[in-house]
Amino acid sequence: MIETEVAPALVPNFDDVTTGRKLAIICSKGNLDMAYPGLVLANAALGEGVETLMFFTFWGFDIITKSRMNDLKFTPLGNTATHMPQGIGGIPGITAVATAKMKKDIAAVGVPEVPEFLDQIVASGGHLWACRMSADMMHLERADLHEAVEGIISASDFIEMTDGAQLLFI
Amino acid sequence: MPITTVGDRQIHVDDEGFLTEYSEWDDELAKLLAAQIDIQLSAEHWKAIHFLRDDFKAQGQTPTLRRVTVVGGVPTKDLFQLFPGKPAKKMAYIAGLPKPQGCV
Repeated sequence: MIETEVAPALVPNFDDVTTGRKLAIICSKGNLDMAYPGLVLANAALGEGVETLMFFTFWGFDIITKSRMNDLKFTPLGNTATHMPQGIGGIPGITAVATAKMKKDIAAVGVPEVPEFLDQIVASGGHLWACRMSADMMHLERADLHEAVEGIISASDFIEMTDGAQLLFI
Repeated sequence: MPITTVGDRQIHVDDEGFLTEYSEWDDELAKLLAAQIDIQLSAEHWKAIHFLRDDFKAQGQTPTLRRVTVVGGVPTKDLFQLFPGKPAKKMAYIAGLPKPQGCV
């Protein structure tokens, strides 16, 4: 009797998502260029099947505050990576010019504006949480925040709910 | 490039198993590939898969999840239900395309 062995088909391994990997991202900055890294990484993690929770605190609150989220800004001031003379950053109007340029560049690579990006993250299964202390300091309430924010919670609550998670502080 | 056998078909794939020859793909192969990762293709799945095929042909690269939603018209939420876990890569696999390169 002849036995023939059929080699199994070469199939990509999509199963490493079931390991219960969890990612916590703390967003503490409200500059346009500091808002995107957290959003992009959250979106990427969700696309890889990683449970993702975001916590917005201090200046990061601007990312989820309705009156501010469309109007985050970028300044070259103090940022040597722009490779421009630092004096230019202080000229009135430069922040607006630099912001418009960066927004245009972000749109050109198909990346959405902040509010729409938050919607996409939530549609992908991500969780958004707001910091209690920041809300109190800035006199903001739930109604002032993006609809998809699940609630305003204390830092301890966030630490508790991200037990075992990998953590990014931005 | 490795050659692998899926069902009764011999296909060219990369080291991970993604099809490398655009022309070796057809709807029948898609069903076989989907079965390899436990997905039964419904009309909703086909809408996304065919968008990927057409968009790749037009753009020369595999669309990201966002593009499938914004241009292809399949809501992100649905994509996560249709292709659970890693929707962008699973769609690309079934559509016989390389993994998407874009970040968003």
